[in-house]
Amino acid sequence: MTTTLPAYDEVVARYEPVIGLETHVELGTNTKMFCGCPTDFGGEPNTRVCPVCLGLPGSLPVANKAAIEATIRIGLALNCSIADWCRFARKNYFYPDMPKDFQISQYDEPLCFEGYLDVEVNGELVCIGIERVHLEEDTGKTLHVGGATGRIHGATESLVDYNRAGIPLVEIVTKPVPGTGALAPEVARAYVTELRDVIRSLGVSDVRMEEGSLRCDVNTSLNLPGEDWGTRTETKNVNSLRSVERAVRSEIIRQASVLDAGGRITQETRHFHEDTGDTTPGRSKETATDYRYFPEPDLVPLAPDAAWVAELKAALPELPRLHRRRLQEQWGLSDADMQSVLNAGAVELIEATVAAGATPAAARKWWLGELSRRANETGVELADVGATPAQVAELQGLVDAGKLNDKLARAVLEGVVAGEGSPTQIMTNRGLEVVSDTGALTAAVDEAIAANPDIADKIRSGKVAAAGALVGAVMKTTRGQADAKTVRELILERLGAQS
Amino acid sequence: MTQTDLTRMTATQIAGLVATGETSAVEVTRAHLDRIAAVDDRVRAFLHVDSEGALAAAAEVDARRAAGEELGPLAGVPVAVKDVLTTKGVPTTVGSKILEGWRPPYDSTIVQRLRAAGTVMLGKTNMDEFAMGSSTEYSAYGPTHNPWDLSRIPGGSGGGSSAALAAYEAPLAIGSDTGGSIRQPGAVTGTVGAKPTYGGTSRYGLVAFSSSLDTPGPCARTVLDAALLHEVIGGHDPRDSTSIPQPVPDVVAAARLGATGDLTGVKLGIVSEFVGEGAEPGVMAAFRESVDALTKLGAEVVEVSCPHFRYALPAYYLIAPSEASSNLARFDGVRFGLRVGDDGNRSLEEVMSLTREAGFGAEVKRRIMIGTYALSSGYYDAYYGQAQKVRTLITRDFTAAFEQVDALISPTTPFVAFPIGARTADPYQMYLADLFTIPTNLYGGPGISVPCGLSDGLPVGFQIMAPTMADDRMYRVAAALESVVGTFTPPAL
Amino acid sequence: MAAISREEVAHLARLSRLAVTEEELDTFAGQLDVILQAVAQVGEVAAADIPPTSHSVPLTNVLRDDVVVPGLTPQEALSGAPDAEAQRFRVPRILDEDVAS
Ligand SMILES: [Mg+2]
Ligand SMILES: [Zn+2]
Repeated sequence: MTTTLPAYDEVVARYEPVIGLETHVELGTNTKMFCGCPTDFGGEPNTRVCPVCLGLPGSLPVANKAAIEATIRIGLALNCSIADWCRFARKNYFYPDMPKDFQISQYDEPLCFEGYLDVEVNGELVCIGIERVHLEEDTGKTLHVGGATGRIHGATESLVDYNRAGIPLVEIVTKPVPGTGALAPEVARAYVTELRDVIRSLGVSDVRMEEGSLRCDVNTSLNLPGEDWGTRTETKNVNSLRSVERAVRSEIIRQASVLDAGGRITQETRHFHEDTGDTTPGRSKETATDYRYFPEPDLVPLAPDAAWVAELKAALPELPRLHRRRLQEQWGLSDADMQSVLNAGAVELIEATVAAGATPAAARKWWLGELSRRANETGVELADVGATPAQVAELQGLVDAGKLNDKLARAVLEGVVAGEGSPTQIMTNRGLEVVSDTGALTAAVDEAIAANPDIADKIRSGKVAAAGALVGAVMKTTRGQADAKTVRELILERLGAQS
Repeated sequence: MTQTDLTRMTATQIAGLVATGETSAVEVTRAHLDRIAAVDDRVRAFLHVDSEGALAAAAEVDARRAAGEELGPLAGVPVAVKDVLTTKGVPTTVGSKILEGWRPPYDSTIVQRLRAAGTVMLGKTNMDEFAMGSSTEYSAYGPTHNPWDLSRIPGGSGGGSSAALAAYEAPLAIGSDTGGSIRQPGAVTGTVGAKPTYGGTSRYGLVAFSSSLDTPGPCARTVLDAALLHEVIGGHDPRDSTSIPQPVPDVVAAARLGATGDLTGVKLGIVSEFVGEGAEPGVMAAFRESVDALTKLGAEVVEVSCPHFRYALPAYYLIAPSEASSNLARFDGVRFGLRVGDDGNRSLEEVMSLTREAGFGAEVKRRIMIGTYALSSGYYDAYYGQAQKVRTLITRDFTAAFEQVDALISPTTPFVAFPIGARTADPYQMYLADLFTIPTNLYGGPGISVPCGLSDGLPVGFQIMAPTMADDRMYRVAAALESVVGTFTPPAL
Repeated sequence: MAAISREEVAHLARLSRLAVTEEELDTFAGQLDVILQAVAQVGEVAAADIPPTSHSVPLTNVLRDDVVVPGLTPQEALSGAPDAEAQRFRVPRILDEDVAS
């Protein structure tokens, strides 16, 4: 459409956004939710299937204990109440990637409910209410053949692989979040980031948005101050933290333009497009099928007893937000410094480097300096830049031992990133060690003095500043492997001048 | 001994002869395969006869015996399996066109246990499509005929299994009972049919009709044979979440105890709601005589009221179709079975709808639509939700009744075998056949039908209902009744 | 009055993915009406305070350990497929958008 969209700041000055997030997380269990098939990624199509996850006639589901425990732990980490009795339910709709043409999920009896998650948005704590955390099964993968770019539209046929069908999927639904104003997009992003960190800290999923083990749907609505909440849209296919922020922002602007034009928002599913950054309509809820939920008769109720829940609660790790606070104090960082560490995604890396023996200051210097620069250049995550915390700690150890100066250390790091081995190996192989033996140095100095008699005379006559030229010469012959300060002292000493 | 002798024997007798070597499993199997070849074109009890598989299994039993191996109590005995159970590599159709030619890649738990026990599977028996019916007239492969009168129905949905027993095509058979599909066919064919406690036999590999009601169970010509088969197939199965992790009640000992004809100290309750209206006079007469016989054996018989049983039929025809509408969704022409209309232009949605339209029979479509209706938002509370509350009240009726008596008794079905075609015009008339059997399914307890007499030359069944996991009680009473009234032999085919 | 209209039956057929014929609609409408009138009797029972029964077995927490067990080979998995291609189940073009899990 050709109508020019209003500016974001101008929109949020007039409208109040309400957001809500629905997140699906694939659990990292060994086996699927209701059968013993493996969950490992990749693998030829339909090689991780059995009568149960293929929905063959006669097959029956049996729930995976590890998945139930993982879900309860997520619920506890999100301050939820754990149901003392609940049932699975069938969500009925026909779709070829769903082997039984119904999904085993939970309806009005979620395993976890009524919780919250505190997230930080520029220093401010925002409390996001958690409505429910429930367990369900994932679908298979459908490959659309013919037509353009594997899209469903224009495809002439589709091919289904059920390897992913039945993988345990945890659904986490927030309560509507009003009152965030212009910050709504940042709050949405901060929530998903925090949720990801919490789940990762529990070790129940690798929560990688790129690989789809964490998927996010964003609900957005606008209302005028003092009025009731507006009609919400549900934006799907939001596959990165950045997209979460962009999706909310673009949907706020779009809805404002519709409302400004006197139109009304239709409750619908919209799809986010990474490339353009905007959303397009999908299925509208009015025409959505009636899922005809009813209690799953093939599975008996879950009734986690207090002792079991208490046991799981006792084993919970420290929440990432509190963990970060503790580190910030230990490292003696200002909020701003800590923020830059967070933005660089370097918390765990610095933590591990310190654990490997480096000082917090040194660890931070390497990860936020040289390595962040390289990560940006090569466009990879800092964690995947090619250097491990252990290697960085080892490198710093060599510097502290005086075996490497700053310039050489960076050269060695190059080698580490290039995969040439450990810092020590690279230092020896490339012969980058600081020349510390004064015998060799003295020879180099005498050589330089002999080569530059006039400069030497100046120094002898007290023009100490002229020593710089000789230092340069010496560094040149020693290929920078000498310590400049030592060289200077040596020159003055040989020429009987006082520094 | 002649082949006829072998086919007339009980499973207990056959197993005994095989164990002593007086006959071989292969001889026994051949005798039954020959009998099938001779009469099944008229009875039509079987959808598939697995001669090679059966003879191979029999030969293996004989080899194990020759090797001096300890054989189970039913080793070498042929068994017919209702086509509702998956059999690896052997066609499994559930009496439906939509699964025509499907050979499952896996065995149901029950079939696995039958093999492990050394029984010999003869083949798969006919049934109403997806076990939805009471006459096998709703089988996509044509009706089975009642050996007592080939113009009449053998009951359903498991009419094939019961007819195979009555026609001496097999000494043992497996059925499945969702609303009476083991007991009612047993009643109208003069054979024994037992529905175990729900969860007492595994549903893994039983193609689901109504998951919370389906119960596989044994069919035989004598109560002891049924008990022996029950013992072989029963017990906990970790692949079925609703399977009860307890040992099978000692049904065999109970059947032997009952056979002594002593019921002193046993208190039986006649369900008053079932003797008032509904049942044919001939059925009631045979039932009354049997009650007198049980009294003579020392049983105390009283009348017990179960006020909510009259709502069992409507509740059942909401719960079962609701679950079925969901269970049968997977028959979509994607992973297995029939696909219709895939001409390269039609969309998946069209092909799915054409496939299900062509693959399902009228009764199945009716029940899918009734269930879809009952689960729809707006109707859920008034239909499915209310039916589940009625289910609770019916369970309470049973619990209260079993505080007064050890077991409940009634006719198995209101009427004897009716002529083929008599009730197909009005679906609801067909539903009435299960009037007396349905409450047990909603409650989850065990029930058995044992022949108790004839009405106009047609068999009448006597039903005994027991508390959950007290299956042994019904076997004791059934065996006692059998010891008085004996077994019933149909006219020669 | 009728419990269900011909239009409602047509809607149920669509929901159930049944391409029923016009003739079938006529017969089914009448038959479903009879059945629904009969099963509606459950409404006569006063059960406001009665808990519903979804399972007749008194079991809870039936769980399996998270241990891999061998499944089917791709050949077995695809053995019953009406159509397969590249070791996948082939289906005609799909109209509906995927529905969220
Ligand atoms: Mg979901
Ligand atoms: Zn599987």
